[in-house]
Amino acid sequence: MSESLIINLSVLILFLPLFGFTTVIFLGKKFPKLYLFEVAILTSALLLSIFVLYAKLTFFNVKDIIAEFTWISMNNLPFGDVININLGVKIDNVAAIMLFVVNLISALVHIYSIEYMRGDRYYTRYFAYLGLFTFSMLGIVITHNLLMMYIFWELVGLSSYLLIGFWFHKKSAADAGKKAFIVNRIGDIGMFIGILILFTNYKTFTFDVIFEQIAAGNLPFGSEAWLTAAGILVFMGAVGKSAQFPLHVWLPDAMEGPTPVSALIHAATMVAAGVFLVTRIFVMLTADAMLVIAVIGAFTSLLSATIALTQNDIKKVLAYSTVSQLGYMIMSLGVGAYVFAFFHLVTHAFFKACLFLGSGSVIHAMHHEQDIQKMGGLKKKMPITYWTFLISTLAISGIPLTSGFLSKDGILAGTLAFGKLTGHWLIPITGFTVAALTAFYMFRLVILTFHGEPKDHHKFEHAHETPWVMTAPLVILSVLSIFIFYTPNPISPDAGWFMKNWVKTPTQVVPDNTRYHHMVESTEEAKAEIHGEIVHSVEYTETMHWAHYPAMLMSLIVAGFGILIALIFYTWKKVNADKLADKLKLLYKGSLNKWYIDELYDKTAISGTLNFSSILAWFDQKIIDGAVNGSAWLTRVVSKFSGWFDTFAVDGLVNFTAFFSGFVGFSFKKLQTGKVQTYIVFVIFSVIILLLLFKPF
Amino acid sequence: MLQVGLTHFLVVSAILFSFGIYGIVTRKNAVMVLMGIELVLNAANINFIAFAKYGNFGFSGQMIALFVIILAAAEAAIALAIVLNIYKTFLSVNVDEIDHLKE
Repeated sequence: MSESLIINLSVLILFLPLFGFTTVIFLGKKFPKLYLFEVAILTSALLLSIFVLYAKLTFFNVKDIIAEFTWISMNNLPFGDVININLGVKIDNVAAIMLFVVNLISALVHIYSIEYMRGDRYYTRYFAYLGLFTFSMLGIVITHNLLMMYIFWELVGLSSYLLIGFWFHKKSAADAGKKAFIVNRIGDIGMFIGILILFTNYKTFTFDVIFEQIAAGNLPFGSEAWLTAAGILVFMGAVGKSAQFPLHVWLPDAMEGPTPVSALIHAATMVAAGVFLVTRIFVMLTADAMLVIAVIGAFTSLLSATIALTQNDIKKVLAYSTVSQLGYMIMSLGVGAYVFAFFHLVTHAFFKACLFLGSGSVIHAMHHEQDIQKMGGLKKKMPITYWTFLISTLAISGIPLTSGFLSKDGILAGTLAFGKLTGHWLIPITGFTVAALTAFYMFRLVILTFHGEPKDHHKFEHAHETPWVMTAPLVILSVLSIFIFYTPNPISPDAGWFMKNWVKTPTQVVPDNTRYHHMVESTEEAKAEIHGEIVHSVEYTETMHWAHYPAMLMSLIVAGFGILIALIFYTWKKVNADKLADKLKLLYKGSLNKWYIDELYDKTAISGTLNFSSILAWFDQKIIDGAVNGSAWLTRVVSKFSGWFDTFAVDGLVNFTAFFSGFVGFSFKKLQTGKVQTYIVFVIFSVIILLLLFKPF
Repeated sequence: MLQVGLTHFLVVSAILFSFGIYGIVTRKNAVMVLMGIELVLNAANINFIAFAKYGNFGFSGQMIALFVIILAAAEAAIALAIVLNIYKTFLSVNVDEIDHLKE
């Protein structure tokens, strides 16, 4: 087993979907069956990525495999040294796992889409776009530098735009695509500025080189504030892609795209790219930057969980749940629980993809009905969808024996330890509140959709279980939501291979005085002792241990509480939800209308932009056009003048010449008598005059 | 005793030339105009002979005078032919009437 094999395979995995994309997009019209080729390519990429994951974890578990080449080399720059821009691939355990996750979900979504999208007008194009997306996402995963990260980041944004607006003839879908693209762009600007700050200082885009420089005490512009700023700015990219407040507004609208796309892009992989980005830059985050990240994550998760409570569109509920869970991961990174954030990313990818594909199955069966108030009783009609959906719901709610329990518990323990060590207790409180809300709205969703009496009998009669190509991915994903794949001990992730062997919190490289004192052991002896092994301080490790069981207990209690309330409201109907909504009208309205954030943006940012644009338009029309028209007018005047000059001066001269010649001719024509004798007289006189003039004698 | 010298020849020649010119300019008949031309030519001949006699030119003057006589004969022939054609065209040899060169 050699490193180059892993590198070559990773690059091959990266380019396979691109090959699929180009083939299908160009030849798809001629050969409609070509979508099967795309599915086959993704399946082979999946098999390769399984092999890469296995090889990486078995043979190179602690070693990061990096390969790079110089793409652009700039010499003789005005400001001195040589700049080499390297492109390359970095396969560490995180990348290898992500490679597998992305390929797996992408392959399953491909298979699922064969049935879900059947009969669509742009069937092959859909598969081509999926291929493009997979390519871009894999690029983000395996790159070793910020430049490629940014390029693939934008490519992901593009493919997301294409797929959200896939049914572009629907205005809402086209608008949603535009919204996603523009909102993402706002975050990307921050990310780009952050990247440029780092590049200006370190003359390289490569992660590891930048981190080495920071570790060597070489700060951007020599100041810690700039390091914090760079961290937060790069994080802004994640705010956009991972739909964090205040840029979360695009993700719920993105549900206008086909449901498998929502599962692949807007639940499992692309939105996790932001989280992945933060894991990549984690080591250069200062305490201040981490606090910002934690607060944004916590606030987002709470905000969107409260919105999810009242939504009636099955996909909207899941969308807000996704935003909430992404907030969880971001918060987890902010409090330093790096491993749990990544762990939750992986587990969430599986169960949320399963939930979305399950909702797609329901929507498919109900003939594109998405309102959960009109569903109900589907349990009997769609058993496979129901059971897989239920397992995933249990996982997202954090019920034991599921993967979600392990990862969520870890995050909550991390926040709890964070609260204890730093005194920011609001963050763990938010975490637990969100856990309760999540359990509530997810069970509300399940109960309203699958239990109780059917509300729309006509549609219910026609509902049926979907074919195996759609249920098989559900089964695979729900099985992956069971704890056994991650740890042998269903209540403690610490014992599992995932936590113990595969993913480790990297050592932060920021200066000692800018990081949380608990993140790294600060005394020199302790540093020497733990070199390369445990990166956290003993205090932090102990606090995490202390937090583990209380967090687990409390998360169980709050999840149980949430489920209980959902049961009271919707199964036993002890409390009428509508009446309660009437009583808490203000809160209910706010939640239902997403706290009016869209309206707020409409009133401020969007109308501000529009007003500014109309000022610009006015400027264009009056000043620029005025100048243009004025110059046209001036030209016309000058032309008139020069025309006049032509007519009178130039033509006048010409005519005068002609007239003068005519006049002279007229005056002298009398001389031409036609009589030879007259001429002879002229000649003789002329000769005489000449003789007199020249006097030769 | 009056010595006949070059001047006398030249005076005779000049008188002859003037008569010739007068004839050319004033005669109405084309034939008379031709005769004026002959006078002018002969005036030139007298000049040639006179200069040949009193100058030191050898026989060049006489030779040119002979040529001029021959030329005058040829010219007279061609000119009379032209006059005949003019008569055929205009039914007249009055040069005053032949003014088609007028504009």
